[in-house]
Amino acid sequence: MLYFSKLRVFSVLIFTLIISYFTISNFTKVDDEFFSKNIKLGLDLQGGSYLLLEIDNEPVITQRLQSKVLEFKKFFKDKNIKVRNFVIEDKSIIFDVENSKIEEVKSLLDDDESEINPYFQQYKSHQFNIENMDTSFKLEFSDYGLVLLKNSSLDQAIEIVRRRVDEVGTNEPNILKRGNDRILVELPGLDDPGRIKSLLGKTANLTFQFISSSSEESFGTEKLSFEDGTSEAIVSKRIVLSGDNLMDAKPTMNNQTNETVVSFSLDRVGAKKFGKATSNGVGKRLAIVLDGKIISAPEVREPIIGGNGQISGNFTFQSATDLALLLRSGALPAPLNIIEERTVGPDLGKDSINAGIMSLIIGFILVVAFMFYKYRFFGLIANLALISNLFLLVGILTLFEATLTLPGIAGIILTVGMAVDANVLIFERIKEELKNENNSIVAFDSGYTKSRTTILDANITTLIAAVILFFMGSGPIKGFSITLGVGILTTLFSVYFIARLITAYYVIKNKHKEKLI
Amino acid sequence: MKTIYFNKFYKSFNILSGILIIASLVFLVFKGLNFGVDFKGGTLIELRTDTSSANITKIRDSFNQMNLGDVSVKNFGNETDFVVKFEKQNSNDPQFIEEIKTILSNSIGTVDFRRVENVGPKVSAELLRSGVIAIALSLAAMLLYIWIRFEWQFSLGAILALFHDVIITLGVFSVFSLEINLSIVAAVLTIVGYSMNDTVVIFDRVRENLRKYADVKIFELTNISINETLSRTIITSVTTLLALLSIFIFGGEILKGFSLAMILGVIFGTYSSIYIANPVLVSLKVSQRTIVKEEKE
Repeated sequence: MLYFSKLRVFSVLIFTLIISYFTISNFTKVDDEFFSKNIKLGLDLQGGSYLLLEIDNEPVITQRLQSKVLEFKKFFKDKNIKVRNFVIEDKSIIFDVENSKIEEVKSLLDDDESEINPYFQQYKSHQFNIENMDTSFKLEFSDYGLVLLKNSSLDQAIEIVRRRVDEVGTNEPNILKRGNDRILVELPGLDDPGRIKSLLGKTANLTFQFISSSSEESFGTEKLSFEDGTSEAIVSKRIVLSGDNLMDAKPTMNNQTNETVVSFSLDRVGAKKFGKATSNGVGKRLAIVLDGKIISAPEVREPIIGGNGQISGNFTFQSATDLALLLRSGALPAPLNIIEERTVGPDLGKDSINAGIMSLIIGFILVVAFMFYKYRFFGLIANLALISNLFLLVGILTLFEATLTLPGIAGIILTVGMAVDANVLIFERIKEELKNENNSIVAFDSGYTKSRTTILDANITTLIAAVILFFMGSGPIKGFSITLGVGILTTLFSVYFIARLITAYYVIKNKHKEKLI
Repeated sequence: MKTIYFNKFYKSFNILSGILIIASLVFLVFKGLNFGVDFKGGTLIELRTDTSSANITKIRDSFNQMNLGDVSVKNFGNETDFVVKFEKQNSNDPQFIEEIKTILSNSIGTVDFRRVENVGPKVSAELLRSGVIAIALSLAAMLLYIWIRFEWQFSLGAILALFHDVIITLGVFSVFSLEINLSIVAAVLTIVGYSMNDTVVIFDRVRENLRKYADVKIFELTNISINETLSRTIITSVTTLLALLSIFIFGGEILKGFSLAMILGVIFGTYSSIYIANPVLVSLKVSQRTIVKEEKE
C-alpha cells in the first residue's frame, strides 16, 4: 500500500491541481467562460423568490369535453348514425344511440384505428374509456388521456408563464416543469414577488361582449360584476372578439382625457370581426371582460375598422403596463394556483453566507488544531489531506456548477469534521500494528490494508444517506446532500492518494526512526 | 492504555436506554412534534424591526388582530429579529403579504421582511410524506447493506442502535417543542449514516477478534473490541462535534435546529454503538461459530 509509481504520483498531483483551480476561480476574474466558473448560490444565499404553481385543470377538462361533444356530433352525422341526449356530467360525456347501431358505435369507439377515440399503442390505452349500458354510452378520459391533456395544458402554461416572467425582466429566471400539473419558478434576486404573483395569478382571458339591453338574447346572457366591485351588468354571452386575436398591447396616454389607457392592435381576422360588430352595435355599450370581470363598458360611438382600439378603466400607469403585458403574453389555458412560496431577502442571504463562512473557518481551525494536538506530524499530514479535500470539494462543486445552499455549507463543515475519520482509523491501526511489528514499513503497510474495509463500510453508509436525500429532498436539502455525497468521494481520494503519498515518502525516508507515529 | 470495562455497565445502560426510548415514544405519541410550516402548512415571516421598542407581545397583538389563525411569535437570534408563524396561507392573493406589512408598520414602526415562506396544505402533506419515506428508505437501505456485509446478529444490533438514536433524538425535539422542518429530516438521515458508521467500525473489529481469539467469550470480546477502537471513536466524535458546534454557534439561526439535531445524534450514535449494538451481540450469544458457519456457506 505504500508504493506509488511515478506516473501515479504525477496524475494525483495534476488532478488535484486542476480541480483546486476551480476553487480558486471563484475568487478571481478571468476572461474565459470555462476558466472563470463560479459556484452557483441557491436562493437562500443570494436572495430571491421560489414559487410553485399548480394548474387547476378542471376548466380545461370541461372545455375539452365540450369540444369533443362537437366532434362526436359531426363524426356520427357523417357516419349517418343518430345520437342524441348529449350530456357532460361528472367529467364524462353521456349520449344515447339508436338501438340498431349500438354495435357499430361500439366498434367505432373501441377500434385500435379509431379516428374519434385514438388508441395509444405504447400505453395500451384509448383516449377515452367507454362504458355501455343498453343504448347509453358513457365516455370518460382514460388515465393516459388525462395525462396527455394535462401535459399539453402544462406545456402551454409554461410558455405563457415564461413570457410573462421574461417581460418583467428579472435576471436569470428558472422555470421548470414539476410532474404533470406543476410549474416551478425561481427568481433570483427578487425580494418582493407581489407583482410577479399578481401577473401569474391571472388567466388573462380577454373578451369583448355587448351589454345586453333585453334579457332575451339568442345566445343567452350572464350577469358579471365590474372589476372595482361597485356594480353589475347583464352581458350577452356572445363573444364579439377574444384576446386570441390581439397582436400587441401597450400602455399609452389618451390625449383628450389625460387618462392612462391600454392601446391594442388586432390581427386581420380580429380587425374584420371587430369592425363588423362595432358597425352593427353603434350606440350599444361594449363590455371589455377580463377573467369574468368587466374592466369597463364604453359606448360604441362609431364603427372601429382599423383594428386599433383602446381600453380605458381607471388605470394607473403600473396597472395599465401590467394589463398590456398580460394581453401581449396571451391567456393561460387554465388558472394557476401558487401552492408554495419562499422568498429570502438579499440581506438575509448575505448574512447567511457570512455566518456559513464564519462557522466553516472556525470549525476548520478547531478540527485542524485538534488533529495536530493528537498526532503531531501525522496530524499535519491529515490536515494537509483535509485542506486538499476542501479544495477538491469546492472545485468539483464549481466545475459541475452545483448549487450551493446554506444547508450545503453545513454539509461542507460536516465533511470537515467527518473526513478526518478515515485518517484516524488508519493511524490508530498503524499504532496497533507497530506494537507487534518492528519493521515500520510493514507496519504502515498492513495498517493501511487492514483498515480499508472498515473505512469503505463507514463511508458507504453515509453515502447511502446522501443519495437518498438527493432523490427525496428538495431545494436547499438537495444542496446538503450534494456537498455531503461529493464530500465523501473527495475524502476518500484525499486520504488514499494525497495523505498516503506523503505518509509513504515520510516512512520510507525514516524507516529506522523509533516511535514514528 | 488502560482497559475500561464497558461491559460491566451493559445492563444498567440498557435499562436507561429502554426508559429513554419509552419516554420518547410517550412524548411522541401524546405531545407530538412541533411541525414547522414545511410540514404543517401556513406562513412564516422572519422580520427585522428598526426600533428596540418592538417586543413579542406587541407583535403578537398586531398579528392577532389580522385574523390569521393561530399565531406564534419568537425572537430569532437578536432583539430586533422575530419569526412569526401563523396558520393562514394565501399565496394566491398577491397583496396578502404586502397588507400584513402595512398593518404591521402602522402599529410597530418600520419592519423589514427578511424571509417569507408560504406553504399550502397539499405541498406540506407531500413534504411530510416524502420526509417519512426518505427516513424509512434510508433505514431500509442501511439494513440491506449491513445484512449483506455482516451476519444477521450484527445487523439486528446495528438496526436497533439506529432506531434508538432516531427515536431519542426525535423525543428530545418533542420534549422541548423544537421545530421539525425539512432540514431536521436531513439531519436525521445524516445521523442514521453516522450512527451506522460508528457501529460498523466496532463490529468490524468484533468480527476480526472473533477469528483471532477462539476461546474468549463474546461478553469479553466486545469489550476488547470497544477498547481497541476507543481512541478512534473519541477522536472522530470530537472532530465531528467541533464542526457541528461551530455551525451551532456561528452558523446563524436558520441552522440552529439542524446542528442541534446532529449534535444530539452524534452523541447518541456514539453511545449506542457501544451500549446498544454490542449488548445485542452478547445476548444473541455470537461466537466464532457464528462467523465460521457463515463463511462456509
